[in-house]
Amino acid sequence: MSQSQTSPRSRSTTRHHNRPQPGKAASHPLFSSRWLWIRGLVLPVVCLIGWEGLSHIGFFPPNLFPAPSTVVQTIWSLTLSGELFQHIAITLYRVVVGFVIGSGAATLLGALTGYSRLAHQFLDPLLQSLRNIPSLAWVPLFILWMGIQEPSKLALIAVGVFFPVYLNLMSGVQQVDRKLVEVGKVYRLNSLQLIQRVFLPATLPAYIVGLRSGLGLGWMFVVAAEIMGASQGLGYLLVDGQTTGRPELILASILLFAGLGKLTDAVLATVGHRLLYWQDSYGLQR
Amino acid sequence: MAYSDKPNSASSDPFTPETIMLRLDGVVKQFSNGFMALDDIHLTVEVGEIVSLVGTSGCGKSTLLRIIAGLDVPTLGQVWVNHQPIASPQPEIGMIFQEPRLMPWLTVYENVQFGLAGLSKAEKEHLTYLVLERVGLTAFAQALPRQLSGGMAQRVAIARALITKPSILLLDEPFSALDAFIRMKLQDHLLEIWQYDRPTLVLVTHDIEEALVLSDRVIVLRSNPGRIHQEFVLDLPRPRKRTDLRFQQWKERLLNALDLTADSRSSSSAEDPLPLEVY
Ligand SMILES: Nc1ncnc2c1ncn2[C@@H]1O[C@H](COP(=O)(O)OP(=O)(O)OP(=O)(O)O)[C@@H](O)[C@H]1O
Ligand SMILES: [Mg+2]
Repeated sequence: MSQSQTSPRSRSTTRHHNRPQPGKAASHPLFSSRWLWIRGLVLPVVCLIGWEGLSHIGFFPPNLFPAPSTVVQTIWSLTLSGELFQHIAITLYRVVVGFVIGSGAATLLGALTGYSRLAHQFLDPLLQSLRNIPSLAWVPLFILWMGIQEPSKLALIAVGVFFPVYLNLMSGVQQVDRKLVEVGKVYRLNSLQLIQRVFLPATLPAYIVGLRSGLGLGWMFVVAAEIMGASQGLGYLLVDGQTTGRPELILASILLFAGLGKLTDAVLATVGHRLLYWQDSYGLQR
Repeated sequence: MAYSDKPNSASSDPFTPETIMLRLDGVVKQFSNGFMALDDIHLTVEVGEIVSLVGTSGCGKSTLLRIIAGLDVPTLGQVWVNHQPIASPQPEIGMIFQEPRLMPWLTVYENVQFGLAGLSKAEKEHLTYLVLERVGLTAFAQALPRQLSGGMAQRVAIARALITKPSILLLDEPFSALDAFIRMKLQDHLLEIWQYDRPTLVLVTHDIEEALVLSDRVIVLRSNPGRIHQEFVLDLPRPRKRTDLRFQQWKERLLNALDLTADSRSSSSAEDPLPLEVY
C-alpha cells in the first residue's frame, strides 16, 4: 500500500483489492490483473483436451472412462429431459437447508461458548467430544430415528456443517483483541453494544472461514446422504450410474458437484470479501 | 504498612477543594498472584494541570492509570475524579493507550465517533470534523486504519478521546511507539490541541524530555512495590525549548532522580501484564 499515505481513499475504491497495478505490464490482457483468473483455467483446459484426445485414439476404454464429450452429451440430454434440473434442485435444497440448520445452531452455540466462560465450561467439552465421532457414524441412528426420508438426510448434513462453523466462531470470539474490547469498556458500551460493535465485526473473518469450510462439508455429506438412499439428487445419479454401468453418468454427476460446490463457495467468498474490505492482509494485496 | 482507614464510601468528598480534578487516596493494588504493584499512592492533580508519571519499567505506572480510568479497581484506597468516586469508566475520563487501538473495520471518521453516544447525526458530523481538523486529519476521514501511518493512527486515537470532551485525559506512553521526530512533533501538537479545552492531563512516559516538554509536574515512581518516590514542579516557562539550558539542567535532575530507583530494577516486567482479569 504505497500510495495510501498520500491519498486518502474513499471507501468505494478501497473495496477493489485487485485494482490494476500501474507498474506491472498492462499491455497484454493475460497479464493485466483483470484477467488473472484466466490463469487458473489453463491447466484444467489442457487436461480436458488431453483426455479427449487420448479417448479418441482409444487409450482410455470408453466403457470405463468415457471422453469429456460423452460426459457433456450426457449432461445435455439430462438437461433436455428436465431431469437434471430436478436432481440439482433437490440436492441444492438439501445442502442449503442442512447448511442453514447446522450453521444456525453453530452460530448460537459458538457465540455463546466463545463469549461466556461459564457456557464454555459447561458446553464445550460435550461438543468437542461429539466432534470426535465420525459424522457418518450417526447415519444408522438418524435413519432409525427419522426414517430414510428427508429429515435424516438434512440432519446428517447439518451435523457436518455444524462443527467447522462452531469451532471457528468460538475461537474467533475468544481471540478478539482484548485491547479493542477495552476501548469499548472505556466508552462504556454495555454487553449488547460491545457484541455488536466490537465482537461481531472482529469475529467476522473467522466466522466466514467457518461458514466456507462448513459449506464444503455440507456438500460432502449430501453425497453420503444421497448415496445411502435417495431416489433423486446428484448423489442418486452416482448410484444410478454405478448400478446401470454408465460411467459417463457418474462423471457427469462428479462434474456437477464440483461446479456447484465451487459456485456456492464463490458466493460465500464474495460476500466475505465485501464484508471484510477493511482487512489488512497479505492475501488481499497480491 | 499503614494504610489509611478511610472507608470506600460512594459519597462525594466534601473536603476536596473545587480546583482539584483528580485525587488518589491511599491507593493500593495487589494482584491476585500476590504481587504488590502499587502501595499507598496519594496524589492530587489540579484542574487543567499536566502531570507526568515516570519511573522504571514495571513500577506500576500503567496500573495506576488504569485504576484512575476505572478499568481496574484498587485493592485499597479510593480515586476521585471531579469529586466523584471512580469504580468504572466515566464519560469525563478520556484514555489514550500506547497503541492507537483503532477498530480496523471502521473508517477514520467512524473511529473518531466511536465513543459518542446520544447525539444526532448532524451533531456527530460537526464534532467529528471539528476534532479531525484539530489533529489535522480532515482529508483522511474516509481512510481505513490500515492506510494510516503510526503517527496518523495515534492522532486518530487522540481525536477519538477528545471528541467526548473529557475533563481529564489519561495517556499511557502515547508516543513511545513512534520515531523520535514524529514523537517531538506530536508532543508539540498535543499541547496545541490541549489549548482548546485545557483538560487535565495525566501522562505516563518513559521519555524524560517528553515529561519536560509537556508537564507542569513530574512524579517519579519507584518500583516493587510501586510508590511515589519524588515529585518535581517544573518552573520552566512555556513554550519550552528542548535546547534551553534550564531545560537541560532539569533533564539532568530528573535523570538523577530516576537513577535512584535503579536498585529495584531487577523486578520482572512482563510485556503484557494484564491477564484475563479485565474480561
Ligand atoms: N494482572 C496482573 N497480575 C499480576 N501482575 C501484574 C498484573 N498486571 C501488572 N502486573 C505487574 O505489576 C507491575 C506493574 O505493571 P505496570 O504495567 O503497571 O508497569 P508499568 O510501570 O506500566 O511498566 P512499563 O513502563 O513497562 O509499561 C509489573 O511488575 C507487572 O508485572
Ligand atoms: Mg505501562
